[in-house]
Amino acid sequence: MSDLAIAAKGLRKSYGDKTVLDGIDLAVPEGTIFSLLGPNGAGKTTTVQILSTLITAGGGHARVAGHDLATEPQAVRAAIGVTGQFSAVDGLITGAENMRLMADLHHLGKQEGQRVTARLLERFDLVEAANRPASTYSGGMKRRLDIAMTLVGSPRVIFLDEPTTGLDPRSRHTMWQIIRELVTTGVTVFLTTQYLEEADELAHRIAVLNNGTIAAEGTPDDLKRLIPGGHVRLRFTDPGAYRAAAAALTAATGDETAQTLHVPHDGTQRDLHTLLTRLDAAGITADELTVHTPDLDDVFFALTDAPATSADAPANGAAPTKETVR
Amino acid sequence: MSTLSLAVRDSSTMLRRNLLHARRYPSLTLNLLLTPIMLLLLFVYVFGNALSVGIGGGGGPDRAAYIAYLVPGLLLMTIGSTTIGTAVSVSNDMTEGIIARFRTMNIHRGSVLIGHVVSSVLQSLASTVLVAAVGLAIGFRTTHATPLEWLAALGLLALFALALTWIAVGMGLISPSAEAASNNALPLIFLPLISSAFVPLHSMPGWFRPIAEYQPFTPAIETLRGLLLGTPIGHNGWLALAWCLVLTVLGYRWSTATFNADPK
Repeated sequence: MSDLAIAAKGLRKSYGDKTVLDGIDLAVPEGTIFSLLGPNGAGKTTTVQILSTLITAGGGHARVAGHDLATEPQAVRAAIGVTGQFSAVDGLITGAENMRLMADLHHLGKQEGQRVTARLLERFDLVEAANRPASTYSGGMKRRLDIAMTLVGSPRVIFLDEPTTGLDPRSRHTMWQIIRELVTTGVTVFLTTQYLEEADELAHRIAVLNNGTIAAEGTPDDLKRLIPGGHVRLRFTDPGAYRAAAAALTAATGDETAQTLHVPHDGTQRDLHTLLTRLDAAGITADELTVHTPDLDDVFFALTDAPATSADAPANGAAPTKETVR
Repeated sequence: MSTLSLAVRDSSTMLRRNLLHARRYPSLTLNLLLTPIMLLLLFVYVFGNALSVGIGGGGGPDRAAYIAYLVPGLLLMTIGSTTIGTAVSVSNDMTEGIIARFRTMNIHRGSVLIGHVVSSVLQSLASTVLVAAVGLAIGFRTTHATPLEWLAALGLLALFALALTWIAVGMGLISPSAEAASNNALPLIFLPLISSAFVPLHSMPGWFRPIAEYQPFTPAIETLRGLLLGTPIGHNGWLALAWCLVLTVLGYRWSTATFNADPK
């Protein structure tokens, strides 16, 4: 237990009748990046809010940086840094003033405060903008200032709630670089995201959160093994060709009204070649052929389909898949 | 560091943040300051002749006597008006992400609110000084007040500002938006209108008099008048202190309980 930065058991939270977290367990080793992956409304932000002492859990218990959340919240607060989903900067004052505010609240001396804030402004490329009100910053600059403010107190555990949502691709890559650098200094990063690619890129371990429960947990490779590969999509305009193809490709699932076939595919050249050979042999020509690699949708289909059809109401299974589309 | 010195240190950091906001965006405070100044000018120069009948020694209109009557009430109304700004800025502030950050930091829990309160009391006092200056410019004179009475008057204004500010902070905390906050805080500027600020209590209908007499503003106004102009204070001094104390304690309890509850 001692080398776990975050250890949670059976965390629950509900608002009225709505259960947001339905008993989740987490174990995050020190010095690693842990990613909580899930669609909107899965409970990611609620998890961060509980672990960062912003709200109290409805059940279960957790230790963060070795301190109990319920009994020693101030000790937890002294060890953590939080960058929320909505930028936690004071828009009315300048970037430099925001940094100084953090230095004062961490009780750094005047000189040390100036040294730390100057170094962080430099590191996050905010020197030029330092004397402008933070409300005039772009999205990417606000996130950088946000993280710079989080780092003033040298936290051992850092929570980043969807740090790249709404950023352009360049800012996103800058943010990824920042997150990778954080962990080289031995801190633990707890990151939430709705992008599989991001979790894959950064995290040592990933937990998939769906409807308030952990649907799967493991290394990125573990998780990818759970994804049922990709598929090849064939579209036809001639109903005869569609029927012939459906008969020839027994593994395919079809949609008669859309005249399309989905053929399971593992992403290899050999597999694609086999498929094309079989189509040629049967004398079938599709009007359109597209190769789909696994994405977050596939992970959620794979991880949430089974319980949705067996036990839960269908609405529960449908909600997350619908949300991942946007 | 001891709890107290931690509280003082974090609160003064928060105060600096609030004063920075006020200095950089003074329009809200200045707009709210216009209300009591406009009312002062309106009541003296437009309604003055009608309302001042019977206030001075003689039977006819007496503008100088009415200015003297009006200014103490408007000083306290200025405080009510400034605290509307407090409710609005607290409500605005709570929607900012930085408040969530403060809640997850190892700082004195109450410092966020204390920063707002102290900053607001200072703004209230600065506003009353400006309104008093306008009053002096149009002829308000305190011939009888001793330095001790001046000090007591300042103390009363500060206590009253503290009490109303804690109530306004609570109103700001429960308001989901700035508009709602400004509506919720409306009684703070409406109450002076039904006090002895503009007309004496004995000119009001009998059934209404007890309401006007015992609401927070009237005892404070009568006490301030007594200190500055030498009119009898009677039981109003104790009543004013009691109101300040009760409102401060209630407002403090309400605000801290609301702030410490889980957000949303």
